[in-house]
Amino acid sequence: MLEDKDRIFKNLYNDLGADLESAKKRGDWSNTKEICSKGQDWIIEEVKKSELRGRGGAGFPTGLKWSFAPKKVGTKPHYLVINADESEPGTCKDRDILRFEPHKLIEGCLIASYAVNAHKCYIYLRGEYYNEGAKLQSAIDEAYKANLIGKNSSGTGWELDIYIHYGAGAYICGEETALLESIEGNKGQPRLKPPFPALVGLYGCPTIINNVETIAVVPTILRKGSNWFASLGKPKNTGTKIFCISGNVNSPCNVEEEMGIKLKDLIEKHAGGVVGGWDNLQAVIPGGSSMPMLSKEISENITMDFDSLVENKSGLGTAGVIVINKDQDIIKCMARIARFYKHESCGQCTPCREGSGWMWRILERMAKGEASKDEVNMLSDVTKQIEGHTICAFGEGSAWPVQGLLRHFKKEIIERNNFDPLVKDNKNIPYLIDQHMLEEDIKNVKG
Amino acid sequence: MSLKKVSKEQPDKFKFSDENLDLAKKVVSNYPTGKKKSAVMALLYLAQKQNNNWIPLAAMKYIAKYLEISYINVYEVATFYSMYNLAPVGKYFIQICTTTPCMIRGAYKLVDVCKKNISEKENELSGNKNCSWTEVECLGACISAPMAQINDDYYEDLNTKQFESIVKDILKDKKPKAGSYRGRVNSEPEKNRQTLLENKNA
Repeated sequence: MLEDKDRIFKNLYNDLGADLESAKKRGDWSNTKEICSKGQDWIIEEVKKSELRGRGGAGFPTGLKWSFAPKKVGTKPHYLVINADESEPGTCKDRDILRFEPHKLIEGCLIASYAVNAHKCYIYLRGEYYNEGAKLQSAIDEAYKANLIGKNSSGTGWELDIYIHYGAGAYICGEETALLESIEGNKGQPRLKPPFPALVGLYGCPTIINNVETIAVVPTILRKGSNWFASLGKPKNTGTKIFCISGNVNSPCNVEEEMGIKLKDLIEKHAGGVVGGWDNLQAVIPGGSSMPMLSKEISENITMDFDSLVENKSGLGTAGVIVINKDQDIIKCMARIARFYKHESCGQCTPCREGSGWMWRILERMAKGEASKDEVNMLSDVTKQIEGHTICAFGEGSAWPVQGLLRHFKKEIIERNNFDPLVKDNKNIPYLIDQHMLEEDIKNVKG
Repeated sequence: MSLKKVSKEQPDKFKFSDENLDLAKKVVSNYPTGKKKSAVMALLYLAQKQNNNWIPLAAMKYIAKYLEISYINVYEVATFYSMYNLAPVGKYFIQICTTTPCMIRGAYKLVDVCKKNISEKENELSGNKNCSWTEVECLGACISAPMAQINDDYYEDLNTKQFESIVKDILKDKKPKAGSYRGRVNSEPEKNRQTLLENKNA
């Protein structure tokens, strides 16, 4: 278990107070000027050496991302955008940073802005976090007042302004280019990449977009050194991570732990174990709803880091661990997640717009035992037609959880839905036609 | 994309209050010159707040004029995002998260409480017209499931009985306190916390 001295978010549970004075006692803002005086290249190099990977879900190396920003500011200004649109079901880590450790985030914004030559930083906050936004704003005001940010931020000579931009309940705006569209005052529909935002981002200017947690850990990494951060966790999966453990556990909680901690330890030590005991475990979704579930057998020994989860056909995602025990109907659980994706699809790409609703309808019927046995393969086919055929990763996000269900619970689905197709005589159905849509036609023919 | 119904009854006119005009000016100044359009989301919020928690079409036209963008630009933003109410909601607007992490901890029991006490259908005003409810997607407080948002505040760690008494208070125009209803502190584990113990006892 990670020792308390190595924890970055000492105020995760607000034992110590979130105001500037308390934050300074924890070491925030203590030598920001000194850190910045070591230069942009040093900062980016240190972040690279720490092997910090983005905490928003994709796990892209942060130092590398920063190095994509043009070294010199050309005709267009640079921007730093913080993604605080935390909406992935199972994830509520950024909320605690925003309300209890806002100064870590703000200091991180300054250092990151300095490293990527940005004078303006927008924090895109999900609209529902109204109270968290108010707390963040008061922390920003405190920082301005103490000259930590502003015209001559922390005495570095760097000018930085930070603004909060509230979202309004669209999950898709957590996708970085949809987020930029949203800040520009459009509906949040992702852009085609390339060009990547690092070169053509907000208002067509070079823009670096990072998750809240990624930015908030940067000051501590630079203070304690990249070696310290890299010594925690596993190679290429370094450092600490806030895990959110929700669902059927006795004590759901957020906890900062070392990367590569065993999933079973997380559940048993921190979250009070599975409701009904470990043997009552049915499945675990390890990284927010977009990541395929793990069976009990895999959950037994798996470690929580990017690479080992990918090896097991899942992913760390946002590290929102959703525990599902045997008292739950697993098909119903996934049908509800499919409904989430149906509701949140932005409607830009056909495979996702149509496919997400289709998967939901099939799963709802499967939960009730009203699907035919042919539809199991059809469902699998639909997920394959969505995956990889959309502009953004939402397609994968909606298809993967269904694939996870089919991977581990196909037997249960077939047992419950084991009857012949409704349309038996006409096998010549065009490819990718939703069979139950034909039900009405048959009824009409038969009168 | 969410399905949004625009109210049939619309006021003819909308104008920002003086206070909101000041705020609007400030919001626009957050964005670079020539990028006034970026302020549309914030202005829609201001309009919603000023107009009893819903946005009439007149307000969209007003905002379009204010930001010098087309009406349809504002309309497409207002209809895209789920937090803009395009028809009247109650003075107390209850949003219950029913996504899987909340669902498996009993969110639909909270929905039943609303059906019984407020209105049979979502987005319908209660008998005394001061409250309405809706099911929403993940509100980002999964470790505090089941939970509900009432106006700006989160009500967490609920059970049926507690939620019923919250709803009854609201119907009587009394606003109960927000936060965890199992008395736990923020997002720490309720029992047997293992980390940062020095701080806890500090």
